[in-house]
Amino acid sequence: MTSDSQIKSAANHRRTASSVMTTLTAICAFFAVTILALIIGYIALRGLSAISFQFLTDTPKPVGEGGGIGNAILGSLVLLLLASVIGLPFGIAVGVYLAEFGDGRFASVVRFVTDTLTGVPSIVIGVFVYTIIVLPMRQFSAFAGGIALAIVMIPIVARTTEEMIRLVPTSLREGALALGAPQWKVTTGVVLPAAASGIATGAMLAVARVSGETAPLLFTAFGSRFFNVYLDQPIASLTVQIYNYAISPYDEWHAMAWAATLVLMTLILAINITVRFFTRKKI
Amino acid sequence: MATPTSTTAPVKPPTDAAQEEQTSALQDDGRERAAAKVSVRDLDFFYGRAQALHKISLDVSSQIVMAFIGPSGCGKSTFLRTLNRMNDTIPGTRVEGSVQIDGQDVYAPGTDVVELRRRVGMVFQKSNPFPKSIFDNVAYGLRINKLTSGKSELNDRVEEALTNAALWPEVKDRLKASALSLSGGQQQRLCIARALAVRPEVILMDEPASALDPMATQKIEELIVELKRQFTIIIVTHNMQQAARVSDKTAFFWLGKLVEVNSTERMFTNPNEKLTEDYITGRFG
Repeated sequence: MTSDSQIKSAANHRRTASSVMTTLTAICAFFAVTILALIIGYIALRGLSAISFQFLTDTPKPVGEGGGIGNAILGSLVLLLLASVIGLPFGIAVGVYLAEFGDGRFASVVRFVTDTLTGVPSIVIGVFVYTIIVLPMRQFSAFAGGIALAIVMIPIVARTTEEMIRLVPTSLREGALALGAPQWKVTTGVVLPAAASGIATGAMLAVARVSGETAPLLFTAFGSRFFNVYLDQPIASLTVQIYNYAISPYDEWHAMAWAATLVLMTLILAINITVRFFTRKKI
Repeated sequence: MATPTSTTAPVKPPTDAAQEEQTSALQDDGRERAAAKVSVRDLDFFYGRAQALHKISLDVSSQIVMAFIGPSGCGKSTFLRTLNRMNDTIPGTRVEGSVQIDGQDVYAPGTDVVELRRRVGMVFQKSNPFPKSIFDNVAYGLRINKLTSGKSELNDRVEEALTNAALWPEVKDRLKASALSLSGGQQQRLCIARALAVRPEVILMDEPASALDPMATQKIEELIVELKRQFTIIIVTHNMQQAARVSDKTAFFWLGKLVEVNSTERMFTNPNEKLTEDYITGRFG
């Protein structure tokens, strides 16, 4: 027999355990957010002082002459655009294949390869692109940089697209099939729109991820001190510029590295907000 | 309830003689088969190695409501889905035997599945509106099959379908709103409208009211009786009262076999088979 006092003590124990666990998880969540806030706050604190109109628009200059990161901002945007144009359709197509037609042996090989590719250090991809594109072309180029970033993006986009498409309920597909829709129209007309916001989130994460990549660009886009939009020429990027400023021995350049970091983070935030705005649930 | 429509020749009066006539027709497979809208002979169905349907033979004549009843897992949904080849989408399934619609073999190699599914519409157990607007949901089948020429015809067909599904008055002012903003019962009627829009000849309904409250169920049932004038309707239901209310004929499935087909009236008062009687009176199932 269970007495009243036993029931009460069991209930007390349960309440205590519950509140302890809630507190623990809340503390962890608080620390995670605090660390993020500290990083952002510190970058803003160190970087804000060096930001000026000239800094945002000028090209790099020798120490003591000021200069800026205008060409690096432009270069980063060109590289991201190029990487997205190549990597997103490619990755989404792979994801659609895996989710809609991926039951065979070939698909499981593809899935394994994409998973492995996700884990390959990005510098390896940089060296790879250096070998297959930069060496034959005999020069560093924005094109090579874009390819390298696209290769980093493809597995991320492919797997998130696959996951998102798998979340679309079978009942929707059957509904469309039952109306006489052929398979490809079900995929393009019903499944992809239903998964669109999830796929866009995955694409956005991939873009945000590669916009912070430095290693694949060192051997490919290389960097440049000039404004450039030609894809066969070396091109500057924020990450490589930050790296160059940060490893220098000069305090002035260190400040510029902080400021460039702040710009990069703002850029990523802006991309995030834009994509979220366009893919918000309209219906 | 079970009074057959006098407008159509193939519907036979629910008498003993008619029942016997149909049974013999099924056996010698004469002109009766050509007269039926949907005609199935010796249908076996397999999920991998497991046989889900055993030698099903059944005729459904035009413009009636046929209800499939039976306990869960008896194969009635599976059978329904063989009629518009929805089971093709499930890997590892196999069909043997013959299904004819208007005398054309559904499983013949040259059959256009897309055209078949336009002629044989389907409404599912769980309402499955696309995450699009109300209008776009109904227009979907018309658009993909290119059944309309021009905007005004499309609008007319959408209105016609929504009217037939008894949904038009409730949604006519918000056709652009998301289909997901509708209530459960409205969503199911939208799915019916979507199926009606392509003007199918046969409509398959897989427990269309099982997830709805009694009011919404009543609306769907009234709708089914109304739609019988234009379409042949085959409905799977768990709810025997529902079968009794809406159908002209009832087929009882048990363990993948078709036990009995009869007029609904007779089925629920004096069935031929002992097994049917036991199920209907609630002795098992």
